[in-house]
Amino acid sequence: MIKSVNLKATLVSLAILIVFLGSWELATYTPPVSLDRELTEYELLMGAGTANAAVPPPSAIISLGFQELSNPFYDAGPNDKGIGIQLAHSVYRVLVGFALAALIAIPLGFVIGMSPMMYKALNPYIQVLRPISPLAWMPLALFIIQDSSLSAIFVIFICSVWPMLLNTAFGVASVRKDWINVAKTHQLSPIQTAYQVVLPASAPTIFTGMRISIGIAWLVIVAAEMLVGGTGIGYYVWNEWNNLDLARVIFSILMIGVIGMILDMILAAGARFVAYQE
Amino acid sequence: MTIKSLTNAFDKKSSLLHVKNCSCPICQTEKQSINLSPSQRQAQIETQAAQFKVEHTTKTQPQFNDSEAMLDRAIENAVVRSVFNHNELSRRSFLGLVGATTAAAALSSFFPLNEAKAAIKEAMGPLEKTRLNIGFVPITCATPIIMAEPMGFYAKYGLRVNLEKTAGWAVARDKSLSREYDASHMLTPMPLAMTMGAGSTSRHFIMPAVENVNGQAIVLHNDHKDKRDPKQWKGFRFGVPFEYSMHNFLLRYYVAEHGLDPDQDIQIRVVPPPEMVANLRAGNLDGYLSPDPFNQRAVWENVGFIHMLTKDIWDKHPCCAFACSKEFAEQNPNTYGALLRAIIDATQYSSIQENRREISAAIAPRNYLNQPVPVIEQVLTGRFADGLGNIQNVPDRIDFDPFPWHSMGVWIMTQMKRWGYISGDVNYNMIAEQVYLATETADIMRQLGYTPPTETYKTHTIMGKVFDPAQPEAYINSFAIGRKS
Repeated sequence: MIKSVNLKATLVSLAILIVFLGSWELATYTPPVSLDRELTEYELLMGAGTANAAVPPPSAIISLGFQELSNPFYDAGPNDKGIGIQLAHSVYRVLVGFALAALIAIPLGFVIGMSPMMYKALNPYIQVLRPISPLAWMPLALFIIQDSSLSAIFVIFICSVWPMLLNTAFGVASVRKDWINVAKTHQLSPIQTAYQVVLPASAPTIFTGMRISIGIAWLVIVAAEMLVGGTGIGYYVWNEWNNLDLARVIFSILMIGVIGMILDMILAAGARFVAYQE
Repeated sequence: MTIKSLTNAFDKKSSLLHVKNCSCPICQTEKQSINLSPSQRQAQIETQAAQFKVEHTTKTQPQFNDSEAMLDRAIENAVVRSVFNHNELSRRSFLGLVGATTAAAALSSFFPLNEAKAAIKEAMGPLEKTRLNIGFVPITCATPIIMAEPMGFYAKYGLRVNLEKTAGWAVARDKSLSREYDASHMLTPMPLAMTMGAGSTSRHFIMPAVENVNGQAIVLHNDHKDKRDPKQWKGFRFGVPFEYSMHNFLLRYYVAEHGLDPDQDIQIRVVPPPEMVANLRAGNLDGYLSPDPFNQRAVWENVGFIHMLTKDIWDKHPCCAFACSKEFAEQNPNTYGALLRAIIDATQYSSIQENRREISAAIAPRNYLNQPVPVIEQVLTGRFADGLGNIQNVPDRIDFDPFPWHSMGVWIMTQMKRWGYISGDVNYNMIAEQVYLATETADIMRQLGYTPPTETYKTHTIMGKVFDPAQPEAYINSFAIGRKS
């Protein structure tokens, strides 16, 4: 018997993967057509002999993945760049939009969290603006900012702001009153209280907000780039969809998942770094 | 820099137009490839595409050190071509008879070639801007705009163009309005609508060249093979790529002529071209009137069939356009002139049947249309499978003619008014003449050695009904179906 839970879990994971890929491969298997006659011109014009767009088997996607990843940074003109370059464009947009959002949301969240009056005053606006789909801002952003790349960054900014703002406010508001009182008895200034007591105490909640934000930002960038075109992983998906090339579409979906996971892992590591035990 | 379109005008072996019997090395290799299997041809095309990218490699192609040398060659080409009345055969037999040097001397004795070169270059002046951003939507209508890049037409006029693939017409409009694009591939109704402020902020756009005429089709789902009569289409859902498009106006016109009200009896949805095939497959659309290659792609994917080509609704109807803002043209007159020359030259080159296979190969890669070569070839050569078991041979399925008839602009506005996209009094002639720059186009066509029409208005016959551009209001009122305001 295997004792280690980790090992067992790994084995089960692998088994699921093998069964899943195996049945997918079988479901999409098409026997190679062997014709002993010449194709007619009509059949040739209809694409007989070449594969029509269909769900590709996993083996095709894996071999395509190797091919794409072996040369991820090729640049064959403005509309044909490697997957690495496209991902880099998307990550860059997400990080810039996210950083701008953090710069504004965290200080503002602090103010809202510390002052119940400000919380009540700003709450109606937050509640109205928060549920707006980030992509609904896109036409307006394109019109006002007049630059598609900046518009994409703006959309990332607007969708990342709310979770960070609300979590910061919540984290700051729920710092235990005893700790604030202790700070008072030590005669700490408000700024010192904020830095030495409130910030460390609310850091885990702030990081949770940032984690939610980056997740949403990564979801949104793909859709935004599909809408605007140009560069980025969203454009890559759209361009392959244009050609009904499902193998590349599935491959890029996997890449989106992998990068999203990495972004989340980075913030999770940050959250562990600031976590504390009471 | 190597430019295939610019071979020596005084060389009898090569054809200026690279037509059938051209014996230049590039055409020779291409000729051999016709008998190859699809996969071999694909391989060949890929090597050729690689060659396009790696400049300076092929010694057989003309080499130019700067745009000036290129321009000289372009002018020589145009002059020689017009002297021989665009007849390649007589040019080549004449050159064979007297030899290149004698021919050049003879030509300069009665045509001041050097003065002409100087005059044209002076008229063009230095380019204000050599790097341009041009947007395109990946469809075959954009052929001249796209092929001008890999086949060297922009470079010939000293321009470095960044061709940006655009996700749809609304984005092309917005990026043009925001000045991200210096010029863009648009639909012929768009510059009119943008100038009038219909569906966007109003800004004066100009359209100095039509990209393509014909080139669209009505595609129906394979389930509707028995419903070829439009009267059976009640309740159908159709896709068109954009509201301000010939696709929308032609589909509306076509069904209305068959007694269906396009706003009541059928549903017309705006669907981006790349999503047409997938929506048709999913049964979300019953058919569409869309740009190619998506009509042929539906046949290739075994999803739909070509009900009719729009050529059969209105032969030589305009479709896509090359447009930019008036502001860009005024601020960069020389750049604008060079760009227009490149586009008109590329459009004329595309209109020659013999060049279509080569163009198909040049525009199919991922950087441009990102489509299988055989699909593009069927569209451009007009020899295609219609999805009903027939091979059709329609060489002018898509054609390329840059001349922007003012009467076409007036027709488009009558349809915009007919269907309620614009209302009130419309000064048809004034708007058409401000947006469609036919006189300018004619000038440049003449300079490049082509023969433009002498008028800018003419009557058009659409489904047997004559449109007289002098009577736009009467024309609108003559229809039984429409949104009367």
